[in-house]
Amino acid sequence: MRTIFERPKTLIDKPFTYCPGCHHGLAQRLIAEVIDELGIAEKTIGVGPVGCSVYIYEFFDLDFVMGAHGRAPAVATGVKRSLPDQVVFSYQGDGDIAAIGTAEIVHCANRGELITSFFVNNAVFGMTGGQMAPTTLPGQKTTTSPLGRNTEVQGFPFKLGEMLAQADGSAYIARVALTNPRLISQAKRCIKKAFLTQIEKKGFALVEILSPCPTNWGMTPQEAVRWVEEKMIPYFPLGEIKVKESGSHAS
Amino acid sequence: MERILMKGNEALAEAAIQAGCRFYFGYPITPQTEISEYLSRRLPEVGGVFLQAESEIAAINMVYGASSTGARVMTSSSGPGISLKQEGISYLASAELPCVVVNMSRGGPGLGNIQPAQSDYFQATRGGGHGDYRTLVLAPSSVQELVSLTHRAFYLADKYRNPVKILGDGMLGQMMEPVTWEGVELPSLPPKSWAIRGKGDGERKFILCMELDPRELENFNRKLEKKYRQMAEEDTDWEIFGEEDNPDLLLVGFGTVARILKSVVREGEKEGWRLSLLRPVTLFPFPYKPVQEMAEKAGRVLVVEMNLGQMVEDVRLGVEGRAPVHFYGRVGGMIPTVDEVLQKIADILRGEAQK
Repeated sequence: MRTIFERPKTLIDKPFTYCPGCHHGLAQRLIAEVIDELGIAEKTIGVGPVGCSVYIYEFFDLDFVMGAHGRAPAVATGVKRSLPDQVVFSYQGDGDIAAIGTAEIVHCANRGELITSFFVNNAVFGMTGGQMAPTTLPGQKTTTSPLGRNTEVQGFPFKLGEMLAQADGSAYIARVALTNPRLISQAKRCIKKAFLTQIEKKGFALVEILSPCPTNWGMTPQEAVRWVEEKMIPYFPLGEIKVKESGSHAS
Repeated sequence: MERILMKGNEALAEAAIQAGCRFYFGYPITPQTEISEYLSRRLPEVGGVFLQAESEIAAINMVYGASSTGARVMTSSSGPGISLKQEGISYLASAELPCVVVNMSRGGPGLGNIQPAQSDYFQATRGGGHGDYRTLVLAPSSVQELVSLTHRAFYLADKYRNPVKILGDGMLGQMMEPVTWEGVELPSLPPKSWAIRGKGDGERKFILCMELDPRELENFNRKLEKKYRQMAEEDTDWEIFGEEDNPDLLLVGFGTVARILKSVVREGEKEGWRLSLLRPVTLFPFPYKPVQEMAEKAGRVLVVEMNLGQMVEDVRLGVEGRAPVHFYGRVGGMIPTVDEVLQKIADILRGEAQK
């Protein structure tokens, strides 16, 4: 008999605590698979967010640091500057990275900090119960935009990936979704590239992962997947936004 | 022993390096910027990292990250910047991460000014951020003490796994005084087995700052309480200057003010007053008992501060009503003079005579 599918070693044998239909678990599994494939678990340190994935450390067989809301890029900077030979990744949601932590992620990217950043975009503040996020789509109803996001009053969804691609210190920026097997395979390739960007010292890397939030969107998991495909992807186009092929970021 | 003339901020920065600090994250603000400038030159020479952050918030969270790996790490700022760091300091206290935070304080509130002040006493000694936590607070009074207390700050941070604040002011940071660089002897500490460096062959480790179960969080708060009690028992520090046994009046002041009060004690002798100065070296833990003992001997107390009356509350807690506690303060960057304090003492003694 040949094993063709198993739990990644880097993932603890413990059920995820995310809501049914949420893609945090899928995203974290892919990260664990890539860490296994690169053989870097012994030297990898994760930095977690505040939000739905605040318990991320429970699920990985890795050293982990939990920091303050939005500050994961600064915490990861401190870890990486102290341990430059280790692999450091941060994992944040849209409220964490694109609202309260905007300054930290922008400057982390601009410094070309050698970390890998994962950004799960589900267009709402999940853990606090579905409030409007910087990534909430125009017209989208949330508990703090009950009539739908009015761009004249509440501004526009924040395209963080495109913004960070402008920073000279960023080397790899991609946006992925996990709504079908083809996209999942693509996402895994991007996650691997984002780790390799760090390992090869090319610069800062970020993968934005679009995720459904059926609980706060008031949808079934199937409806939420369709909403990602029909509403989110047109606003947040998938693909590699920036790929710096060669050279070290060092001056 | 060779004496070298050094500016306070630079002496503190060099002392941090001597104490084994290899990581500094900061953001420019007057009157402490020389600390950053000095370390930007010196840290790379010793294989360390100097990083100018985009904000005080980022700087303190970089401190959090570097401290998680077991490194000796420092940040420095002044009043407005310390306010921004308070969130991070609360998280450092919660995650039990050692670090040194320097406040060369200035006049406030708001943007205030850049002159020396002691108006951050409450912020420094009451925690400052959210939640029930404390930081050790050391209050140097000379450039030489900026050196010795910086060494002690790193030691105490590691001993207690807790942030330590050095509360100076613009005067101490900017003044020049001769310094000797003899080695500072401190007890050795156990290795930081809690630090995260990648799990290697061992078990995974976490640095956490959350506990959702109220019973468990209460247990954790009790653990912190025990630590703060131990600080009070083992590491409270103060200096007595002048008449020790039979003073007419007890002066209490810290940092820059204590320098002025030493002159007051000497000048008071000419007036025939036996004055005593108690200078808290640690503001948290505060020397409540020594204050009470000296206040009972003196029968009257005068607290002098460069604020509207902050440490005076701790003095009153220590005195417990056993002697009247008077206060004299200058604010906004104004510094009390020896003559002003002598006049205040004369008023106190005359006022009592009239009763």
